[in-house]
Amino acid sequence: MKKKKGTSILQTSLTFLVLLIFAFPFVWMLLASFKTQAQIMSTDQLLIFEPTFGNYISVFKEYDFLKFIWNSFVVAFGSTLLSLILGLPAAYAIARHHLQKLGLLILVARIIPGITFLIPWFILFSKIQLVDTYTALILSHMLVGLPFIIWIMISFFEALPTEIEESALIDGCTHHQVFLRIILPISGPGIITSSLLSFIFSWNNFMFSVILAGDKTKTLPIAVFNFMSYSEINWGALMAAACIITLPVLLIALVTQRYVVSGLAAGAVKG
Amino acid sequence: MQYSWFNRNLKWIYTLPAVCFVLIMMLFPIIYTFRISFYEWSMSATSPPVWVGLDNYIALLKDERFWHATGSTFLFTIMALALEIALGVAIALLLSREFKGKNIVKTVFLLPMVATPVAMGLVWMLIYEPTIGAANMMLKSMGLQPLLWLASPNQVIPSLVIVDVWQWTPMIALIIMAGLATIPTDPYEAADVDGASAWTKFVSITLPLLRPTIIVAAMLRLIDVLKTFDIIYATTQGGPNFASETLNLYGYVLGFQYFKLGMASSLLVLFFALVMGLTLFMIWMRKRLEGAS
Repeated sequence: MKKKKGTSILQTSLTFLVLLIFAFPFVWMLLASFKTQAQIMSTDQLLIFEPTFGNYISVFKEYDFLKFIWNSFVVAFGSTLLSLILGLPAAYAIARHHLQKLGLLILVARIIPGITFLIPWFILFSKIQLVDTYTALILSHMLVGLPFIIWIMISFFEALPTEIEESALIDGCTHHQVFLRIILPISGPGIITSSLLSFIFSWNNFMFSVILAGDKTKTLPIAVFNFMSYSEINWGALMAAACIITLPVLLIALVTQRYVVSGLAAGAVKG
Repeated sequence: MQYSWFNRNLKWIYTLPAVCFVLIMMLFPIIYTFRISFYEWSMSATSPPVWVGLDNYIALLKDERFWHATGSTFLFTIMALALEIALGVAIALLLSREFKGKNIVKTVFLLPMVATPVAMGLVWMLIYEPTIGAANMMLKSMGLQPLLWLASPNQVIPSLVIVDVWQWTPMIALIIMAGLATIPTDPYEAADVDGASAWTKFVSITLPLLRPTIIVAAMLRLIDVLKTFDIIYATTQGGPNFASETLNLYGYVLGFQYFKLGMASSLLVLFFALVMGLTLFMIWMRKRLEGAS
């Protein structure tokens, strides 16, 4: 097709503008995290200023940030791992035996507002003294991770050719062996995609953690949110904390971009 | 033979753990919420729940704050959804051609979706800050009046809509781009022969062919926009003066700040019915449109 030069320049500048708008909050966050409160307050040091690491130092010194990072990691890792253990066999069975009704049940989990679960859980977990434990947080975060993993893996397993399985069965493998020795090893891309996203969802989760986490298990989003309750907002430290919490997710997304995009698209198109 | 009991029942053994988890962690809470919505209870150990019948629902329907929250939820949802779809389609068309650095653009696009919402809420608070924020700096540099943004009851919902649009338009755009890739090229060639303008081609070829994709994208977004919590709670907690309090937030406040568990539960039952109803409506509309075309 022929292209007029004028439209091409317009498209390029529009693309650049779109890029700028979507990247802006990240740039702003990063810049502010290296500024002192006075530099943030003044309008004449927007882009050029003397950077300070004071915010990062104070975040780690004054608050137990390493602890929050560890808590977030344990919960995200634990809920993803358990979701995989429960979700992979289930997704395989649903995909191969066309148990559509079960698949539908999983979808309902995505539709229901999370708060609907929160009140009963809170009552239940208080009774058995599980509030402020990793167990409660991992179980609640699995409610996001498990349906997601099952959903993505159903379409992944459905797309796998059945010939390999059939020949393995003829060779004397049981269905269980086929799943463990043949299906799982070739499902790497699907498993990576779904567990990455499950990890990210858990890492970002605020609503469940704000109720079910306490002093011992406080995760990063809660810790960062609690920063604000002080009378005067220390913007620099707040932005440093925001950078710390976002950085790991952004890195995961950047390094494994291909997987994440396909995961989000698969989760979407199947809907 | 090798078909032991274990292997014959494998499909049930494989699904059982997940189904058990779903039953305990999902079905039980739903039933419990429904039940407690007919009781009055403040979670105290000494006074047990008291059966009040439909009182919670009646109180809720007479509650001005409930109707206000319903209005805010709809306002927020409609504004966000309309903008995200329109911008998502526009951006997808803009990016659909091949160009240098397309991957960089796609990467940047991914970031708002995966970045921690609470952290991003705080960043937007700084951007919206009336005296030092970037938003007002930009308005002033263009010679416009500065706004109060999140601090004004009238501007708070549009301001939050902008944040949601920033966060989720990329997802719509990526879905639409995937849809665009499946559109055949021959209708466009035929249109070129007829000398159709770019706009005509968009309205009479691209849009109709994209319709199923757009509906799916809208449906997914609708379910999540209705339930938006993190961004609103992190930035305004429903304020100022309850102006940005959506149903999700009001349910949270009723349950975990006022400890009116019965009333909170009745709100959640109604909210659940609303989300479910709208989702089913979208599914029905999608089927009808697909049947028609």
